[in-house]
Amino acid sequence: MMRHLLDIVDLSTREIDELLDVADQIIAQPREYREKMRHRKLATLFFEPSTRTRLSFEAAMLELGGSVLGFSSADSSSAAKGESVADTVRTVGCYADIIAMRHPKEGAPTVAAQVSPVPIINAGDGGHNHPTQTLTDLLTIRREKGRLDQLVVGMCGDLQFGRTVHSLMNAMARYKSIRFVLISPRELCIPDYLRESMRKAGVPFVEVEKLEDVIGTLDILYMTRVQKERFFNEADYVRLKDSYILDPEKLSRARQDLCIMHPLPRVNEISRAVDSDPRAAYFRQVLNGKFVRMALILKLLEGEA
Amino acid sequence: MNIDSIQNGYVIDHIRAGRSMEIYRYLGLDSLDCSVAIIRNAKSARMGKKDIIKIDEEIPVNLEMLGYIDPGITVNVIRNGERVDKKHLELPQRVVNVIRCKNPRCITQIEQEVDQIFFLADRGKQTYRCLYCETAHKSGEG
Repeated sequence: MMRHLLDIVDLSTREIDELLDVADQIIAQPREYREKMRHRKLATLFFEPSTRTRLSFEAAMLELGGSVLGFSSADSSSAAKGESVADTVRTVGCYADIIAMRHPKEGAPTVAAQVSPVPIINAGDGGHNHPTQTLTDLLTIRREKGRLDQLVVGMCGDLQFGRTVHSLMNAMARYKSIRFVLISPRELCIPDYLRESMRKAGVPFVEVEKLEDVIGTLDILYMTRVQKERFFNEADYVRLKDSYILDPEKLSRARQDLCIMHPLPRVNEISRAVDSDPRAAYFRQVLNGKFVRMALILKLLEGEA
Repeated sequence: MNIDSIQNGYVIDHIRAGRSMEIYRYLGLDSLDCSVAIIRNAKSARMGKKDIIKIDEEIPVNLEMLGYIDPGITVNVIRNGERVDKKHLELPQRVVNVIRCKNPRCITQIEQEVDQIFFLADRGKQTYRCLYCETAHKSGEG
C-alpha cells in the first residue's frame, strides 16, 4: 500500500526505530546504497524558499543514484497562474516517483496526498508539521546519546510557535522515561493543547524562564530562535533576551555529555564560540538530515526501512 | 397555544433553547409545504428551557449533522400519529462541508473545491479539528 509522510505520528515508534536503523546502515556503508534509486525521480515542490530542506532532499536522492526535478518557489511554478495544489500534484505525479513538498499553507500536503498517484513527503507546511526535521532530530539524539529513552530533554527559546519543538515533543513523548525541561519566556511557552497532551501521556515536564538555572540537569539541549517581535513589551525582552543565548559561560555549567541541537538557521542564539565544543551537535544534525531522508525515500518507495 | 399532533413526521425535542432556527435553516424547512411548528423556550424539567420542532412530513434528515449542531437532541419518529422510534443523537466522528476552518493559514482558504473536513478530537469537550491544519473548533459554534 502506498504510504505518505505528512505528520511524524503517522509513523509508529517501531517504524521510526527501523528507519533510524537504515540511516545508521547508510552512514556505515554508503556504497551499498549508491544505486538503490537508479532511474527513480524525486520531485521537490517548494512553494516557498528553503535552502537546507530542499538541498537535503535532493542530495539524499542523488546519493541513492536517483534524479531530481522540481521548483524552489511558487513564482516559478504554475501556482503563480492560479493552479491548485491538487492539480499541480496530479501533474507532477505523472513525471516523478515520489514528491517532497513544502507549502506556506497548513495542510497543503494533506490535500496533495488525497489525489497523488505517488508518495508525498511533507517538507514543511507553514507552522504546522515538519516530520523530516523530527526524524533528523531523532536520528541525531540516538547517534549522540545511544538511545531515545531515559533522557532529560531541554527545549529552549520560542516554544509557542516552534513547530520543530512541538513535533519533537510529540515524537519523544512515546518513548520511556522522557522528562522535558521547557525553557522560555512566559509569552513564548508551549501552547495549551501540547501541555494537555503531555499531561495525558503522563510525561513529566517543568517550565522555567532561565537556561542558566537548569542547564546542568540536561542530557539534550534543543535551542530555537527567540524573535524580538514575539515579545509583548520591550522591558521583558531586555530582561530575558540573554537567557536564551547559549555561550561558553553558560555551557561551563553543563554536563560533559550534553548534546546541543538546533534546527537551524540560527541567528545569535548560539554563540559562534560554542561551535568548536564537542557537545555542539547541530552541524552533525544537518548531515543526519540527509541520511534519514535517504532512509525515508527507500522506505516509501521500496518498503526497505 | 394549540398545535395539532402530527401524523407522519418528526418531533425534534430537547433542542438547546435558541438553536431551533439554526436547525430550521439546516433542514431547509422553509421550503416545505407541510405543517412545521417551532416552539421556542418551552419549559423543561431537565433543561430549564428548550426548543422543539415538529414536522408533519417524513423528509430526509441527516441525524449525524443534527448531532453535530446539538448533540443533546432527541428525534421522535411519528407514523400514523404514533411514536415508532426515538433516537438520541451524538457527535459524529466526521463532519464534511458544514463548518469552515477559521485559520487564515489553512490550505482550505485558497485551494479550490476542497472539502471542509473536521474530525472529532475530544468527545468530552465537544472539540473538532480541521483535517488539514488541525485547528480546533468547538461543536455548535458558527
